[in-house]
Amino acid sequence: MSELPLRAQLAAALGRGAASLSRATGRGDGSVIGGRIALKVEPNLLAELARGRRIALISATNGKTTTTRLIAAALREIGEIATNEHGANMPTGHITALANNPKALIGVLETDEKYLPQVLRETNAVVVVLMNLSRDQMDRASEINLLAKKWREALAASQAHVVANADDPLVAWAGLAAPHATWVAAGQRWKEDSWCCPECGGHLKRDPDPHWECPECGLSRPYTTWSLDNATDTVTDPEGKTHRLQLRLPGDANRSNAVIALATAAAYGLRPEQALPRMREIESVAGRYTSIVTKGVEVRLLLAKNPAGWLESFAILDPPRVPVILSVNAQVADGRDTSWLWDVDYTVLRGRRVFVMGERRTDLALRLETDEVPFEIADSVDQALTRLKTEQPDITKVDVIANYTAFQQIRTAYGRVQ
Amino acid sequence: MSDTSSTLRIVWIYPDLLSTYGDRGNVLILRRRAELRGIPTEVVRVHSSDPVPEEGDVYLLGGGEDRPQILAAQRLRADGGLKRAAERGAVVFAVCAGYQIIGETYGDDQNNPLPGVGILDVRSGRGDTRAVGEIVADVDPALGVGRITGFENHQGRTAIGPAARPLSTTVRGVGNDGTTEGAYQGTVIGTYLHGPALPRNPALADLLLRWRVGEIPPLPPSWGERLHEERLAAAL
Repeated sequence: MSELPLRAQLAAALGRGAASLSRATGRGDGSVIGGRIALKVEPNLLAELARGRRIALISATNGKTTTTRLIAAALREIGEIATNEHGANMPTGHITALANNPKALIGVLETDEKYLPQVLRETNAVVVVLMNLSRDQMDRASEINLLAKKWREALAASQAHVVANADDPLVAWAGLAAPHATWVAAGQRWKEDSWCCPECGGHLKRDPDPHWECPECGLSRPYTTWSLDNATDTVTDPEGKTHRLQLRLPGDANRSNAVIALATAAAYGLRPEQALPRMREIESVAGRYTSIVTKGVEVRLLLAKNPAGWLESFAILDPPRVPVILSVNAQVADGRDTSWLWDVDYTVLRGRRVFVMGERRTDLALRLETDEVPFEIADSVDQALTRLKTEQPDITKVDVIANYTAFQQIRTAYGRVQ
Repeated sequence: MSDTSSTLRIVWIYPDLLSTYGDRGNVLILRRRAELRGIPTEVVRVHSSDPVPEEGDVYLLGGGEDRPQILAAQRLRADGGLKRAAERGAVVFAVCAGYQIIGETYGDDQNNPLPGVGILDVRSGRGDTRAVGEIVADVDPALGVGRITGFENHQGRTAIGPAARPLSTTVRGVGNDGTTEGAYQGTVIGTYLHGPALPRNPALADLLLRWRVGEIPPLPPSWGERLHEERLAAAL
């Protein structure tokens, strides 16, 4: 990286100091506070820090932290990487990530959906990775059609190369505005936010899956060069070569993240054979998919923040004899509104032992009652496990699905597991 | 329909355009509360490219973003099915964007008035601020519903014309204008309580059923009543 102007150097140093203080005092991982202080000293700091580096921005409603981790792991094959691996995905987090790694020539930055246009402008990123858009925290987030429109405008005004999921119509519509794109058939399980054409509002024709087109204006799924076959765990690259993924991360959602990561690595000149071994080493991401062993039970933690995320989590649940604990909060970071619970179909949980907990467990209880899923109320994971162990001493596994702050509370209760 | 031996037809209007905030909850709870009383139900999902059937019993409309709202209004007006159903006395329950478009006029994103379906005598426009948060209101005593609770997230402001009445008086939150919430006219209801308004207010769900099938036996209190109480306590 080229030399920073003096003011930017000072700002970056101050930010690093605050970040280590935050970590040392156990207040957080320091990603946000460090960046906030640095920005006060040098408002153009992000642009200064990004100059001369080849930066990739990763954005989506779901999977951006995991995909950022996969891409960063792959690109370490080339050299040092600056990345915001703790999920601090706004400009303050980007500043901290870049300032902490002044020698890294490549930046891999998870980016909040709303901030993408601004961060793209400031960092002049060379690659923009877009995966999916679906309803999420509607009391504080933008409407997703509006979000897609802003992405589209920002990409039209940039020279960035887009790596995008062609199977999500909103994402594809945004990405089609970019001057260069790699289209990936990464799949889309949750379709309830994309029945309407993003261009004209017509009812999309969506068969045979994954094809989609608008019968009214003609917008259609872009031609893809990368594809994923979940059934065989295989990715096909643009040369027609197939690669087994064999990830440690579970489920179709992570296969989808991985094919996007492989296409992004290719944009940096890495072949799948080079990228995959490093991606396979990842087994959990900031506590997601982590298993903790307590009371002799393996408890797996799954984070699900919105209907699309819950759908993906249900798909990777262990066989029905494994009980599941659901926990829902409605703090600011979760969205104060629990209406989304009604967009999730819980009938798949019938026949499984289900516990509900969290600050909004009554909402969850009514939701399960309506779907005729029997459930029990619990105050904590520990309490549910105690009850389970008493009644089923041979129990060995339990899955936990929780939304954001509920997940962090459980993670903290078990020592901020990674 | 007047006897409980025939099927209650619940028509969900345009889930592809108007379904943003758990609007599916209203469909599910209405069906459940009917079936617990032995009333068989049928749910009809009507896509924006399909004609709206006129012989339904209860019509549900959900919330939507600006552009889908405009499209839904245009299509409903061109189709005419919802208006004819309302004229023959069907129950209509419309939420948020759905509430605005069943009125006489509503505002687009520049606040230009656009024509609605015209089955509820209200006129909506855009306010200066967005109303986001828990809302509590007391329903017109004539309807026998009591206090309702919900979540609002809208920038609309709605004026009620002479043929309609306010659904409720706001206790907390904004609703139509900071003093009243929602509107009704015959068996047509509009409200800013978005998404699962009926799950959070079992008495409101039962009102819609009574309007269609006559007297219904009460149900033993369950999680719906618990949630209703919990949200009222949290909001006040």
